Amino acid sequence: MSVGEIRVAINSDQDIVSARQKGRAMAMELGFSSGDATLIATAISELARNIVSYARKGQIMLKGVQGSSRVGILVIASDEGPGILDIRQALRDGFSTSGSLGLGLPGVRRLMDEFEITSQPKLGTTVAVKKWRQ
Amino acid sequence: MEVPILKQGAVLIATFQAALSDADLNQLRMGLVQQVVKFRSRAVIVDVTAMDVMDSFASRTLREIAHMIKLRGAETVIVGIQPEVAFAMVQLGLTLEGVATALDLEEGLAYLNEKFKTTN
Repeated sequence: MSVGEIRVAINSDQDIVSARQKGRAMAMELGFSSGDATLIATAISELARNIVSYARKGQIMLKGVQGSSRVGILVIASDEGPGILDIRQALRDGFSTSGSLGLGLPGVRRLMDEFEITSQPKLGTTVAVKKWRQ
Repeated sequence: MEVPILKQGAVLIATFQAALSDADLNQLRMGLVQQVVKFRSRAVIVDVTAMDVMDSFASRTLREIAHMIKLRGAETVIVGIQPEVAFAMVQLGLTLEGVATALDLEEGLAYLNEKFKTTN
């Protein structure tokens, strides 16, 4: 199954809403339950929010993926912002450098099935997450 | 998108729409606190039934609203958190500690009536 690929430019808080709505719509189209679609939309909201707070602008890419025997959704949040100096620290609950709750990344990891982050100081951050349909 | 705030006696009722941006939420926070002062309201009910996602910013804003209203000596009740939204909030580690919640608008009003009765 393929529902193509959607890219949402993230430049303002308004784009956070649009990214998570598109993510929910794609998840439903891929056959996710509405509960799982809510988890996916919430994860997208947090990832897009990180882009706005730390990098000001970036992109969210949404894509349906086919595993060996299952269907899933891939979400890639990328920016060319300041990057994360200490990824291990950023993945700990309660850590934040922008005065926010600091629950973003560990929370997103709990909401999704797979989580990958790459970041280089001054070059930017890419977070790729996947969720598989039950 | 603006959030309609309804005045019902001593209670203000704010009904959230599905697609609130951070700017909308900030505006609502200011609007609610100002109206509580203006109308000398005793309570605020925030109805989030239509909200599809409650992320870290939205739940922090709700907590802030509740704390500000409390400093004015009034009560806040959050009503209508959908089951899947509640599930996502718990997974994300978000809490609404110290903020009263109720199933829906009706239960929220009943909770406040009971509360006012005992304090009068």
